[in-house]
Amino acid sequence: MSEEATETAVETKQARGTGELMALAEALIFVADEPITARTIADVLEEDKASVEAALQALREEYDNRESGLQVREVAGGWQIATRTELHEYVRQFLKTRPSAKLSIAALETLAVIAYKQPVTVPEILEIRGVQSASAIKTLLEKRLIVTKGHKETVGRPMQYGTSKEFLIHFGLKDLSDLPSVEDFEDLVQ
Amino acid sequence: MPLSLMQEEQEQYTFDFLTETAEIVAESRDELSIRIGEFAGPLDLLLYLIRQEQANIFDIPIARITDEYLRYIRLMKSLDIAVAADFLVMAAQLIEVKSKMLLPRDPFADPEEVAEDPRQELVDRLLEYEKYKSAAQMLYEKATIEQAVFPRGKIESDDNNAEISATVFDLITIFQKIVERQKEKITMEIERDEVSLADMIKRLHARILEHAELSLASFFEEFDTRRELVTAFIAVLEVVRTESVKLVQKKTFDDIILKRV
Repeated sequence: MSEEATETAVETKQARGTGELMALAEALIFVADEPITARTIADVLEEDKASVEAALQALREEYDNRESGLQVREVAGGWQIATRTELHEYVRQFLKTRPSAKLSIAALETLAVIAYKQPVTVPEILEIRGVQSASAIKTLLEKRLIVTKGHKETVGRPMQYGTSKEFLIHFGLKDLSDLPSVEDFEDLVQ
Repeated sequence: MPLSLMQEEQEQYTFDFLTETAEIVAESRDELSIRIGEFAGPLDLLLYLIRQEQANIFDIPIARITDEYLRYIRLMKSLDIAVAADFLVMAAQLIEVKSKMLLPRDPFADPEEVAEDPRQELVDRLLEYEKYKSAAQMLYEKATIEQAVFPRGKIESDDNNAEISATVFDLITIFQKIVERQKEKITMEIERDEVSLADMIKRLHARILEHAELSLASFFEEFDTRRELVTAFIAVLEVVRTESVKLVQKKTFDDIILKRV
């Protein structure tokens, strides 16, 4: 009991209140170029991951509750501050940007197969799509949406492909499990 | 005699991909010719045809769908759209399934055993494909939504400094460019001057130590032969793999710089 008490004492030496933790996490998310993980925030602040995660959830709720123009959200395994979807019209007007070039149907189909079947080889993609996907794969590699995942130990040792972190960011996904399950599409089809 | 009947049937479906029939083009509706380029593959085309015929995917009217499919392929050819080999493979498979369905059941087969529907494999593939087609649609929607969300712009810091890390893929792209350039150079190669990998690594080391930063393009340009270039490339990979050297690239497809960490 006394041992536990001293341990807590050491930890509480630099214990911060939730409010302070939220402010610190907010600042770090704001300056981070890419979605920043709760782990990284915890390491920088020398806090345990659980309390950082709690602060992050509270921060997200705070943004939502006051209907901020910004949102705190989870993407690609990390946290990010971004504008709210509904405000895109005026943001675009100010930035003078248009939605960037879309991927072709062939590229999207190839990407869908890779996302759900990864690691997957070119012949396996051909089997599902019934059509050669070489140029689609080249486009996806150039856009960094997919990465090579080593060779498959089978005849011809074909290259395997998987999705990248860029993929998660591009499609606003928390992680791969954030994708709807492929069985859901099965129900939709029938 | 059913044999003659079957031959007639077969005759009807033998076709030459190279001969065009004007009637078929005339038959086609304008809307079809516009849509034709949009099919992502033979399975996509098949799904479209099945839906257009309002047919049940589990009970495909194979004769009708095969005819429609072949009509489309001829139409594509008549419109001078290159028909991908994959579309022809599917045509052959459809004809095979269709001919199997015309065959009478083996009279010596076990009557208890349920004969497999020749269409089964095709149905399975179509269902599997359709799942990923829906997934592609879902990705399209997600990307559209995501494009309406804007994160903060870049902040200058020592770490990013407008550089992005280069991947092996970028490295190969740069290397290919240089090999292309070397091809154009007229070289007079008299003696084979072989550089060992160990020497090359030593040389690369010296260069990095000398400057702390080394442009890969300028390093590769010191060499004239393919052999030397390849050795240099392997040396770079080796140094990056084994030592505290990192590759940075200021923007996509830009020069790659080797940096001591």
